[in-house]
Amino acid sequence: MLYELHVEITLKPTVMDAQGTTIERALHKMGHANVSNVRIGKFVTMEIDAEHAAAARAVAETMCTELLANPIIEQFHVVVVEKESVA
Amino acid sequence: MKFGVVIFPGSNCDADCHDAVAAVTGQEVRYVWHEETDIGDIDCIILPGGFSYGDYLRCGAVARFSPVMDAVVEHAAAGKYVIGICNGFQVLTEAGLLPGALYRNAGLQFICQTQHLRVERVDLPCTHFYTPHQVIEFPIAHGEGCYYADPETLARLEEQGQVVFRYCTTEGDVTPSANPNGSLNNIAGICNIDGNVLGLMPHPERRCDRLIGGTDGKKLFKALAESMRVQAMSIGRR
Repeated sequence: MLYELHVEITLKPTVMDAQGTTIERALHKMGHANVSNVRIGKFVTMEIDAEHAAAARAVAETMCTELLANPIIEQFHVVVVEKESVA
Repeated sequence: MKFGVVIFPGSNCDADCHDAVAAVTGQEVRYVWHEETDIGDIDCIILPGGFSYGDYLRCGAVARFSPVMDAVVEHAAAGKYVIGICNGFQVLTEAGLLPGALYRNAGLQFICQTQHLRVERVDLPCTHFYTPHQVIEFPIAHGEGCYYADPETLARLEEQGQVVFRYCTTEGDVTPSANPNGSLNNIAGICNIDGNVLGLMPHPERRCDRLIGGTDGKKLFKALAESMRVQAMSIGRR
């Protein structure tokens, strides 16, 4: 089965995000005073051929831990989408 | 005795390192292409600055998978010397040879300036020609040199004396204003527990000639050459 992986990588909450802080300041200047805790991250997509969604997820998590994210400073979130259902 | 300077695609301080080390130590220095897998002839391997693999994903993240890195890991495990400068330091943390991580400077700017550093360890193979808490000047040139480690790792680094260089004032005071990039505890360079692997963001190879601003870097490479000589004798080689 072909799946699409959506991988979101962000700095851990304990790690200062200078970009996020700067963007937040700009958003406040735009008048969005109600915005807080802006965090910037990366978004990676890929296709993967796997037996089932759980297998695809397991591979994604290995890839995140070993390359796509640096576990010392980053956290990740994986969404597995069945390729047929991707528009 | 031989130094090696690794060239990753995107390295750009390789020639500086090569020439500075050769001139300062008088020893043989050879370039090591990142696809090489045998560096057995080399006593000290240097990972130079630059933008290996275009800094794609994270600085040093992809270089870690270069074929030469397995040899570098073995080299380090054998107690031989490994020096990572700037991008080389980032590669060493990504490869797990040094703890922590380097990420975006707190001020978001790429910083290119001369920086005062306090030498925290003078008993290491690469620092034994400096004096305790000596203040030296090396330039920095990086956008992602903010050192981070989780609180436990940081405490352990400090406890075990693995912090080798700290950003400081001209007087040697370690203050927030002397910290150019937001590095925790003003960390500019660290070593592994055995002291044979060193990583630092500043560039010692750019301070090896009075013509280009100073010579504080000479002692680092001279100390290394001396340590290599002693190490070579102790394992029965010339």
